[in-house]
Amino acid sequence: MLLEVRDLHVEFHTREGVAKAVNGVNYSVAEGETLAVLGESGSGKSVTAQAIMGILDMPPGKIAGGEILFKDQDLLKLKPEERRRIRGQEMAMIFQDALSSLNPVLTVGQQLGEMFVVHRGMSRKDARTKAVELMDRVRIPAAKERVGQYPHQFSGGMRQRIMIAMAMALEPSLIIADEPTTALDVTVQAQVMELLAELQRELNTGLILITHDLGVVADVADKIAVMYAGRIVETAPVHDIYKAPAHPYTKGLLQSIPRLDQKGRELYAIKGLPPNLTRIPPGCAFNPRCPMARDVCRSDVPPLYEVDERRRSACHFWKETLDAR
Amino acid sequence: MAELKKEPVDATPNVSAVETVDVATEAEAVAAIDAPVSQGEPILQVRNLVKHFPLTQGILFKKQIGAVKAVDGISFDLYAGETLGIVGESGCGKSTVAKLLMTLERATAGEVFYKGQDITKLSGRALKAVRRNIQMVFQDPYTSLNPRMTVGDIIGETFEIHPEVAPKGDRRRRVQDLLDVVGLNPEYINRYPHQFSGGQRQRIGIARGLALNPEIIICDEPVSALDVSVQAQVINLMEKLQDEFNLSYVFIAHDLSIVRHISDRVGVMYLGKMAEIGTDTQIYDHPTHPYTQALLSAVPVPDPSAREGRDRIILTGDVPSPANPPSGCRFRTRCWKAEERCATEEPLLAIPERFVAGSTPATHESACHFAEERDVVHAA
Ligand SMILES: Nc1ncnc2c1ncn2[C@@H]1O[C@H](COP(=O)(O)OP(=O)(O)O)[C@@H](O)[C@H]1O
Ligand SMILES: Nc1ncnc2c1ncn2[C@@H]1O[C@H](COP(=O)(O)OP(=O)(O)O)[C@@H](O)[C@H]1O
Ligand code: SF4
Ligand code: SF4
Ligand SMILES: [Mg+2]
Ligand SMILES: [Mg+2]
Repeated sequence: MLLEVRDLHVEFHTREGVAKAVNGVNYSVAEGETLAVLGESGSGKSVTAQAIMGILDMPPGKIAGGEILFKDQDLLKLKPEERRRIRGQEMAMIFQDALSSLNPVLTVGQQLGEMFVVHRGMSRKDARTKAVELMDRVRIPAAKERVGQYPHQFSGGMRQRIMIAMAMALEPSLIIADEPTTALDVTVQAQVMELLAELQRELNTGLILITHDLGVVADVADKIAVMYAGRIVETAPVHDIYKAPAHPYTKGLLQSIPRLDQKGRELYAIKGLPPNLTRIPPGCAFNPRCPMARDVCRSDVPPLYEVDERRRSACHFWKETLDAR
Repeated sequence: MAELKKEPVDATPNVSAVETVDVATEAEAVAAIDAPVSQGEPILQVRNLVKHFPLTQGILFKKQIGAVKAVDGISFDLYAGETLGIVGESGCGKSTVAKLLMTLERATAGEVFYKGQDITKLSGRALKAVRRNIQMVFQDPYTSLNPRMTVGDIIGETFEIHPEVAPKGDRRRRVQDLLDVVGLNPEYINRYPHQFSGGQRQRIGIARGLALNPEIIICDEPVSALDVSVQAQVINLMEKLQDEFNLSYVFIAHDLSIVRHISDRVGVMYLGKMAEIGTDTQIYDHPTHPYTQALLSAVPVPDPSAREGRDRIILTGDVPSPANPPSGCRFRTRCWKAEERCATEEPLLAIPERFVAGSTPATHESACHFAEERDVVHAA
């Protein structure tokens, strides 16, 4: 396994109390595989990613437990220099907002070239040639002319391509893309996702795709991990989950989105709101919103039950949920 | 609930000239504006609406060097009791249309008839009456509510401008009724916006939109900032309110699935123009304009088994600048079907000639010289 996150816990010490943003996350990604992490805002998707990348704000954040195994070594036990090397060369991250993650006062060519100067010891001139090559590869028109331009001179879609080029530059084995197309129009989103998938195939990169869009997940993912209140509530191969969810939260999410191909009736709405992370309800965190909740749900935290070899569900009544469709 | 909703409206709205009522006095205009309209009759008729924003140069002596053609000649009807969805990529002019309908922006040219009165030319009491009847719900539930005002004041504020709707002593109760109607606890009247979640704030925005008993609500991306589960709650509420208060909605969004769900008819905008307009079935199941087809085919559908079966059109390039749109058909720089004629002759929004005689779902307005049906939504 390329990456394996085991029972990860992350807390934030805030004035309101301790916010348990990540409460025992388990997921894994193999080489060349795409894992989609799905969940509503505040469910801990980005914080988990930040912990993997080693870019968590500490303080106020604190890793309160767990392991992050990357190529069989626990990243949390590495020395800072070693961690930095891995972060620079073996893992890369793509963010939603390309404009704020690119440096506004450096040209795109300088920023792309920098990677090769710092990590590959290339000369500035060779690095610039590399930068143009990369821009060509992510299909930025007139790369040679545009390599000297600044980020703000590119459209949103083109900037996201530049981010992809930077992430792919050193051919890392893992890429984490955190809502990479959320800010883009659908036509541009389709272009960017296609490009990402193509480069991933070519380089056999493991990809963690963080999103709240069930359509994007269905389109590109091999498997999926659904998060709720800092936990994985269900993981499964993507086909299985859409065919028959094994957790009431997943089921609710799938039922609450309208369809493009038919008119449909009144939308199913999950009642209520996600919990405040400083006061997660006892038992199953989803119990106040769950139509199937019973007494045991209010007292016992459901473990990640094994539904089948490739599938897990954190619901005491996963079997009923699976059968009731 | 959605199924019980209103009669199907005429699939091919008549975009011919509208009779202008000659109103001698303001009082007559106000009377016309306050008169009821029956279900299925046009309540808004937009004709050749244009909004250009001047592009200026120089600080002391501003010189106009061009214009952003945000909305550039748009016509459509809104029928009483229906929801008209408007979709299109960012920057195509959707919000500008909303502001023009709200008389928050002054039109450069064209007309917006509300019950026969051209609201772009009204003033005084008549304009005030229009503004009471056409309300708006905004996208961002975080910035559209004043953080220093209580919920009661935010909703009650509208009564200050239109005191005739609720007498002073009655306002608190009215506000509490409104909170109840949108599913919020009436006891929250003294709370501040930051004490509510995103979905709850959007309910407050809706309550404010309802306060003056409007006939039309213009919704500009009302659920775009919300999470899916909360989005469903708000959409269901809006559908319930529409039935209860007999509202007409203009529903602007970039999420095509949501628009299909809530709309009776849908208009597709591109670079300040309407590319195609029709019923939800006509637009989603039988689109004839290449842009609509590309837009729909780009939407990822939440069904992994549809991955291979669907017809995908990946457009190349970005949307051109509205300050300098392409000649002829504005979509031609990205259109895979473009021919010479597309650069010289602007396609008008009308039922394409080849479909005029028939009465198939392809018989609806589409601004393309080479309109033809293509199903991009259903797996083959
Ligand atoms: N720097 C921080 N300080 C305090 N709380 C934080 C910080 N970053 C994240 N959190 C909290 O952690 C929770 C999970 O956040 P996040 O992982 O960003 O959610 P997601 O990406 O799923 O939307 C949120 O409730 C958020 O308030
Ligand atoms: N007040 C303004 N001044 C100048 N240009 C504007 C103004 N408002 C909008 N625009 C421009 O008009 C075009 C249409 O904008 P808008 O109606 O907001 O599009 P949409 O809502 O479809 O994203 C855009 O190019 C935008 O930059
Ligand atoms: S454990 Fe109980 S409350 Fe939690 S999801 Fe399952 S049925 Fe619902
Ligand atoms: S008129 Fe021409 S360019 Fe425009 S959409 Fe039709 S085929 Fe394409
Ligand atoms: Mg996030
Ligand atoms: Mg807008």
